[in-house]
Amino acid sequence: MTSQMFGAPVKRREDPRLVTGGGRYLDDLGHSALAAAFVRSPHAHARIVDIEVSDALDVDGLVGIWTHEDLPGRVGEPLPLLIPHPTLTHGRTQFALARDEVNYVGEAVVMVVARDRYVAEDVCQRIRVDYELLTPVVGIANARDGSALVHDDVPGNVACRMLQEVGDVDAAIAAAPHTLELDLDIERSACMPMEGKGVLARWDSDKGELRIFSSTQTSTGVRAAVAAKLDLPLAKVECIAPDVGGGFGVKINHPWPEEVLIPWAARLLDQEVKWTEDRREHFISSAHERGQLQQIRVGFDDDGRVLGLDVKFWHDNGAYTPYGIIVPIITSTQLLGPYKPGAYRCEFWSLYTNTVLVTPYRGAGRPQGCFAMERTMDAIADRLGLDRAEVRSRNFILPSEMPYDHGLLFQDGRPLKYDSGDFPASLAKLKALVGWDDFAAYREQAEAEGRRVGLGIGCYVEGTGVGPYEGGHIQIETSGRVNVSTGLTSQGQGHETSFAQIVAQELGVSIEDVFVTTGDTRRMPYAVGTFASRAAVMSGNAIALAARNVRAKALRIAADALEVSAEDLEIVDGDIRVKGAPGTHMTLGTVSVMSNPLRYAFDEAAKAATQFAGTADYSKPPVADDDEPGLEGKDFYSPTQATFANGMHAAIVETDPVTAEVKILRYCVIHDCGTMINPMIVEGQVHGGVAQGVGGALYERMVYDDSGQLLNASFMDFLMPYASEVPHIETDHLETPSPLNPLGIKGAGEAGCIPVTAVIASAISDAEGFAITSMPISPVELWELRQRHARGEIPSLRGTRHTPSAPVTSAPVTSAPSTPSREAP
Amino acid sequence: MTEPIADSATEELLDLTVVVNGVPRHAKAPARRLLSDFLRHDLRLTGTHVGCEHGVCGACTVLVDGQPMRSCLMFAVTAQAHEVTTVEGLGAIDSMGPVQQAFIECHGLQCGFCTPGFLTTITAYLEDHPHPTADEAREAISGNLCRCTGYQNIVKSVLRAAELRAERAGTTT
Ligand code: FES
Ligand code: FES
Repeated sequence: MTSQMFGAPVKRREDPRLVTGGGRYLDDLGHSALAAAFVRSPHAHARIVDIEVSDALDVDGLVGIWTHEDLPGRVGEPLPLLIPHPTLTHGRTQFALARDEVNYVGEAVVMVVARDRYVAEDVCQRIRVDYELLTPVVGIANARDGSALVHDDVPGNVACRMLQEVGDVDAAIAAAPHTLELDLDIERSACMPMEGKGVLARWDSDKGELRIFSSTQTSTGVRAAVAAKLDLPLAKVECIAPDVGGGFGVKINHPWPEEVLIPWAARLLDQEVKWTEDRREHFISSAHERGQLQQIRVGFDDDGRVLGLDVKFWHDNGAYTPYGIIVPIITSTQLLGPYKPGAYRCEFWSLYTNTVLVTPYRGAGRPQGCFAMERTMDAIADRLGLDRAEVRSRNFILPSEMPYDHGLLFQDGRPLKYDSGDFPASLAKLKALVGWDDFAAYREQAEAEGRRVGLGIGCYVEGTGVGPYEGGHIQIETSGRVNVSTGLTSQGQGHETSFAQIVAQELGVSIEDVFVTTGDTRRMPYAVGTFASRAAVMSGNAIALAARNVRAKALRIAADALEVSAEDLEIVDGDIRVKGAPGTHMTLGTVSVMSNPLRYAFDEAAKAATQFAGTADYSKPPVADDDEPGLEGKDFYSPTQATFANGMHAAIVETDPVTAEVKILRYCVIHDCGTMINPMIVEGQVHGGVAQGVGGALYERMVYDDSGQLLNASFMDFLMPYASEVPHIETDHLETPSPLNPLGIKGAGEAGCIPVTAVIASAISDAEGFAITSMPISPVELWELRQRHARGEIPSLRGTRHTPSAPVTSAPVTSAPSTPSREAP
Repeated sequence: MTEPIADSATEELLDLTVVVNGVPRHAKAPARRLLSDFLRHDLRLTGTHVGCEHGVCGACTVLVDGQPMRSCLMFAVTAQAHEVTTVEGLGAIDSMGPVQQAFIECHGLQCGFCTPGFLTTITAYLEDHPHPTADEAREAISGNLCRCTGYQNIVKSVLRAAELRAERAGTTT
């Protein structure tokens, strides 16, 4: 038997290349290309009065300078609004180069192309742009106030107002024995991949063809968008995503201004042109996420069961909405997590501000939603003096209620219907892992030592693997080499490995013979992209289906040749053989030869396939009417709905009684993403997600001043966690297979980061004895909250702090370590 | 990238020789060429990555006379008097160094963009601290940023690399 590949922690196929300097990221290509640099707006809101370039023209090495008025036709029109929505009544997008007005610091105004980047930046320094300043709108409160406008023709700065309601919320809350209101606030953060964006374009003037390399999460998307902008037939444009140094969402938006301008310049100049984003550009001119203000009203019964949940929130979408309102839609739907509120209403406003745009960042609106829901759960528990885990479990959707339809529309415009999940089992595992029931004793001991500790919890459900589709193509060469391609891209998820595992398993070949290509429109022109934790679900299943097709074809040809029935054959390590009689066999390579009748014998294998090589049946054509030459197969996977993964996290934090510093002592994760292709990779995804979550909870924020300047646009000032800030993460998995797809898998990419802000807020609240409602939180802020709490401005939590839970009836709790310990990695 | 030059005069190109991975390498470049750009674009050793251009992320770390240095904070001209080791010099696919091998075994990388800076940093660290504890390993990598891994498997990789070094030393002596 070929060893079990699916589900094994197989070492990554991409790693030998990447650890020896053999990766090829965008800026590693095109060494002789001309370089582009941009003059970007230093103002958040201004009218462009004049652009003066005469000082710049004599710089040695300058090739060209362009402003908006130089851009012809569609290149000069606004960039597309990628995801329209009926409620997005006031969608606005920017020009590739600003036309009359700039709406955020960092908006591109002038493009310079020169011999190299040093010279291009010299030129930029010599270009003078005169601006007439307009009133900047910064911060959600100012945007909501609406007295100053970002776009003159968008009243109240409201891009979109959306309302979804299930049941009669007002009646449910009015009738509820208890009600609570919460005001919550969550700050901006950003993806911050270690590699910024970048584009390289080559124009082939002999063939009139364009080749684009982009550090993107969607090469098919960039290809189509650029072809449309440059008015080129799709057949004349190809786009390749090389190795990509992280994405986390920001590289799914497209086309970025540079993705239009660099190909345009390459064609115009008939020379290779490249732009590599530098770190400051990434901060001020890519995209951010997260910022929301939330108001929650909840009605619940004596047991803590939610009867009615009324949520309003205001979402900062930055200056433009090229990616639509995906983020707030996800917040409004995924907020529900593993719970079933009796009635639910969510109304949100997506607001313009004079800040860089907001597009999805890992989690994509879910961390905000989870924060809202989980803060509410903690508040209910506190009001009733109940255990926080117990209140959650009383609100869980039970396995017997799956599939569970919330009666809402999800981000893909389809019903929000959970396919599977065992929330009570997840909670039981989490409590065991963190030692939930022993925490009170631990705290007592810690407090006796003068230490202040708290325990926090957070649960989430994540819609993953949204459609519309992905495809897989597999071709087996005469050497036995298996070429696999899928159109979506990779940014570190290990697709070369996990997809190869699927093919090795399905086909019965050695993984060493499988070669996976992603994100190359020459190899697979039909694809959507890598986002929403969808790659494994979508492409994984498409590739599995394609492999099954190839397998069927190989068995049919071999059965014919070996004169046996296909059912009697098996494929082991690339060899097709009769079950029980391994002497009768032929390799997949030989079948590949036979599948492709040839005229020319260019090598030994080909010789066997030429027309005079063997006995031919002259009554039949060399390729049957219903067949195709070659041993290849293709298929697409297009599900009716998303699959829903879930997880639960708990953390123990210590807050310094004097300095208010927060230290995470333990961080525990229970994760259920269905069947796992490669648990090592899944675990890595969880670690990375939690680390980003920790950054978002304690360190990272975008600090804009009133004039719209981003004050911390560097790694010196934007505090991305180093190893010293990220705790050791303890994980345990549950595998509840999805009934929706052949492999039973759900997505895993974003999960880790979703509940972290909620969990840390919960733990700090537990440690301090008052509710944390605004995240991230710095030591200074916590210190100030303590002062306000001491002055009576912030109420104490009413219930006693964390107490062991009442016995949970739904699932047993196993014994757990009595004191938190940081396990050695 | 660097500050602009003060005037538009044609930049003078200098003949530079830098010993990289044991081999003297020549190229013409202006005085302001950063070592990172020189390695990447003039010598086409693109294994050294640039994540921030301001000395904070560590992706561009190379060894200068065996010491980890941020090549984005150093001019190529300055490197002339020194021996530079890049990730390409730590081992090739068929002859990997212990740190490279450990990263593969422990899933110490995802996108791989930060990885060369970690590999060089850890290689130098293990020279001086061949038997680190887990806490020391974490401390040792705390000057490099990675956005993908959450560092846990990098810590593991440091410990595994120490083992591999010891094993290799055992077999060669
Ligand atoms: S690129 Fe040199 S430290 Fe970041
Ligand atoms: S592996 Fe992607 S930044 Fe470290």
